[in-house]
Amino acid sequence: MKLEQTAKIIRQDIIRMLAEAGSGHSAGSLGMADVMTALYFKILKHDPKKPLWDHRDRLILSNGHIVPVRYACMARTGYFPVKTLSTLRKFKSKLQGHPSFHDLPALEASTGSLGQGVNVAVGMALAAKLDKKHHFIFCITSDGEHDEGSTWEAVSAAHKYKLDNLIFILDRNKIQISGHTEKVWPLEPLKQKYQSFGWKVFEINGHNFNQIISTVNQAKKIKGKPKIIIAHVIPGKGVSFMEGKHQWHGKAPQGEEVTQALEELQ
Amino acid sequence: MKSTRDGFGEAIVELAKKNKNIVALTADLTPSVRLAEFEKKFPKRFFQCGVAEANMVGMATGLALEGKIPFASTFGVFMPNRCLDHIRQSICYNNANVKLVATHCGLITGPDGATHQALEDIAIMRALPNTIVIVPCDFKEAKQAVKAAAQIKGPVYIRLTRPKSEIISKGKFQLGKGIVLKPGQDISIIGCGPILHEALLAADILKKKYSIEVINLHTIKPIDKNLIIKTAKKTKRIITLEDHQINGGLGSAVAEVLSENYPTKITRLGVNNSFGESGKPEELLRKHGLDHQAIIREVKK
Ligand SMILES: Cc1ncc(C[n+]2csc(CCOP(=O)(O)OP(=O)(O)O)c2C)c(N)n1
Ligand SMILES: [Mg+2]
Repeated sequence: MKLEQTAKIIRQDIIRMLAEAGSGHSAGSLGMADVMTALYFKILKHDPKKPLWDHRDRLILSNGHIVPVRYACMARTGYFPVKTLSTLRKFKSKLQGHPSFHDLPALEASTGSLGQGVNVAVGMALAAKLDKKHHFIFCITSDGEHDEGSTWEAVSAAHKYKLDNLIFILDRNKIQISGHTEKVWPLEPLKQKYQSFGWKVFEINGHNFNQIISTVNQAKKIKGKPKIIIAHVIPGKGVSFMEGKHQWHGKAPQGEEVTQALEELQ
Repeated sequence: MKSTRDGFGEAIVELAKKNKNIVALTADLTPSVRLAEFEKKFPKRFFQCGVAEANMVGMATGLALEGKIPFASTFGVFMPNRCLDHIRQSICYNNANVKLVATHCGLITGPDGATHQALEDIAIMRALPNTIVIVPCDFKEAKQAVKAAAQIKGPVYIRLTRPKSEIISKGKFQLGKGIVLKPGQDISIIGCGPILHEALLAADILKKKYSIEVINLHTIKPIDKNLIIKTAKKTKRIITLEDHQINGGLGSAVAEVLSENYPTKITRLGVNNSFGESGKPEELLRKHGLDHQAIIREVKK
């Protein structure tokens, strides 16, 4: 199946799971559906039947609240049955509202409090260097998360240790809870900031599969420094009434909204 | 019905109308901590700090040291925890006049799961010198507590909650003075926060067999020693109840008072050395033995 088609299914899953849960984060999950689809279906070295295979690429979701998109990708690649998705955020479910490592070790680390997965990813990259292992550490991090000092501490650390096995993918959707990122807490010029911290920076359209895949391939080849791919994405992508709206940051669709969203995602 | 965080949102607007030194800060959670109205009415006195809690707490300190009365607010899992060093050195050591208002505390935060349920904050905040720690039980009491906090000079921590909850408070809020919600003779239940509703339910269900005294200990620090000793002398059996770890929270504080002054048999109901998880508030309270059924079982033991 083409990745475009797969991503549509992932987006439908997200809408259904959030509607069933009655709460959760729509905009960020939908915005990153293409990047996550590319990762799970094309880029990552991983084995859903052996989630803790030693040589797998590590994927840390530092902005843990968009975990519905990850659960959908995991279900559709065979980590667990698709029907499990309907238990999102419910009592006793493995699919916790924010990633829970002890419920699903394949998540690599529990996240949800922002500006922490980034630091853990640096530690994992250091460990891989120590052990002379050749897998990559991918870390999805959000723009809002770049308000945190701890995020920039991770950025400095990765530079210090020249972690060329570390690839950040920035969910640059320009929204956070209270509105547009540049109004809430200005981040630009992000590219120059990362460059001055010693990173190799790529910028892509996070809805273009060719770009996503070829840029990751390019990034993997660069030696001696950490890499970041700034993925420009549209929050709520695929659902017209959610696109670009920070009001959908932490809201689940209900009733008529669900029907309309699913129709648009056909 | 309203939540305790709603009480904060209303109280701070009323305070700010009368006192121009009142300022508010939040870390990208304006609507969640109920500061949207404040931002609208007093845009110049509202500081949007982005997702950067430790810096927010430091900024609040600077504002306080220059004579403002800052209320800094975010979820309880991020403040105190993430800001702890800043709270300790900048706020507490300077005895700065900062009010820390933590919302979304306890298991009753619900579906967001463990990462979003503050369960250690009372223990942390009461261990620090110079602090006052308040846990209002409903909207009405939260409003009074916020207003009382503005009158105090020095650090105050107020613990608030997400869901709407019943009005159960009685009488006037007085800092450091617990309130008897229901007098009784056989057993005392001492608790704080909206979870006290479960204690009242249990007391009502058991009323033919047991006369249960229910005490709202809204101020954990300074603690109301007299009331605790008085009820212990009367009933000789104490149960504490809190939506928080049993280690270091209200139950520990009550146990400290009793063991030093009037050793009494005490059972602490709270979260026992574990994290929360996703679920409805009632499912989580049941699982952790904190709903009225669990209280009834404990009383009957
Ligand atoms: C340390 C921390 N502070 C606050 C929050 C609450 N929070 C959850 S998501 C979010 C917005 C962050 O922006 P971003 O990740 O860019 O959100 P999105 O693009 O998905 O809307 C905030 C403040 C949190 N999870 N962690
Ligand atoms: Mg964002």
